[in-house]
Amino acid sequence: MNLFEVTRRMLRRDLLLAYRHRGELANPLVFFLIVVSLFPLSLEPDPRLLATIGSGVIWVAALLATMLSLDAMFRPDFEDGTLEQLMLSPHPVALLVLVRVFAHWLVAGLPLILLSPLLAMLMNLPGEALPALLASLALGTPVLSLVGAIGVALTVALRRSGVLLSLLVLPLYIPVLIFGARAVTDAAAGLPWSGPLLFIGALLALALTLAPLAIAGALRISLE
Amino acid sequence: MWVWFHKLGSPKYFWGFSQRLLPWLGALTALSFLAGLALALVFSPPDYEQGETVRIMYIHVPAAMMSMLVYVVMAVAGAILLIWRMKMAEMVAAASAPVGASFTLLALITGSLWGKPMWGTWWAWDARLTSELILLFLYLGYMALYNAIEDRRSAGRAAAVLALVGVINIPIIHYSVEWWNTLHQGPTTQGVRVAGSIHPSMRWPLFTMMIAFNLFYALVLLKRVRCLILQNEKDSAWVRELVSEK
Repeated sequence: MNLFEVTRRMLRRDLLLAYRHRGELANPLVFFLIVVSLFPLSLEPDPRLLATIGSGVIWVAALLATMLSLDAMFRPDFEDGTLEQLMLSPHPVALLVLVRVFAHWLVAGLPLILLSPLLAMLMNLPGEALPALLASLALGTPVLSLVGAIGVALTVALRRSGVLLSLLVLPLYIPVLIFGARAVTDAAAGLPWSGPLLFIGALLALALTLAPLAIAGALRISLE
Repeated sequence: MWVWFHKLGSPKYFWGFSQRLLPWLGALTALSFLAGLALALVFSPPDYEQGETVRIMYIHVPAAMMSMLVYVVMAVAGAILLIWRMKMAEMVAAASAPVGASFTLLALITGSLWGKPMWGTWWAWDARLTSELILLFLYLGYMALYNAIEDRRSAGRAAAVLALVGVINIPIIHYSVEWWNTLHQGPTTQGVRVAGSIHPSMRWPLFTMMIAFNLFYALVLLKRVRCLILQNEKDSAWVRELVSEK
């Protein structure tokens, strides 16, 4: 079986499994919406204040929503033994893992990107900020999925790994957060915003190439 | 030389080696601290604009440098563990983590104490402070992961992967925070450029304190690793013999 066929089958399996639990797909989205809404509720819903903090709030909420959805990447397979079978596969585990993360991003990251214009409206972000929001999320959420997958792979064998996973993964998310929010803030202020975007692109390139290796290594350690 | 390093990978040899080294290391550490503190507290001048509070620098700067050095040591030990499966590498990494975290906390606290008289605030989201805070998070995450996994060997290896991922991230975090901060016009940072522009009357006390901190780290590391050796090798013949003859 060549690698293209392997990719196709793995992707099909993961997407089919996600589709069979499609009720759960809305959960990170609703979380995203609720968390963003908490800020106008807790502070003054002054439109200028919301516009000032909007980029950061939306990005932090996207971070947290991604983190909550991470566990589903490997835990179900770990619990029923499928993960061990995947590790025994003759195909490179790094590739299988990359496909898994891509499927996760399609199911958990892409919906966040699609919902973000609504949240931008709720936080009173100016229209100029919208392309920057979409672009930064489009480049940034894959990085979040990839780096988050490293954390999940390290903790998949632990019973209650929820908060530990956050502790491990959030410091590693900080650069993406900084550049993502910066891109949106700069665009809202009418400044050029390609710089932060290029940085996120660089982080994405780094994550795409190195994270699968780290994830495969971490899975091997967790499963021994 | 590599043969000697390889021999250090054996817990028994490491025990003997550290046993012989410890008295000298302890004496040197004590001497350098005495000299350093004397120079720092008594025989160095107060700063022309900061006054006596500049003396916090003699603790703060070495602590910050050690916090970063120890993380690199942990990452290198982790790499050695993953590649060559040396047991001692795992113990060195595990022993170093709390020490590094303590140095980081010390740097943050002494920095805060220094910041109040100097900048008028206990905290500022300056690039260096923020990076150091994130370094503390990385240390805490490392220790949390290591303690969460029950099997010690798996725990050591998982933590090693985390340390390596973290070490790649440290320059990224530092430069991203610096980039974020310089555009936000934070408070004026007084960076003490150690190598070039510091006056000799302050350079020597600082240098001595840096050596003292390094020796202190080596001392504490050896002691902690020795405890770990006894714990981990407790079923081996030489440890049982050692314990029974006490």
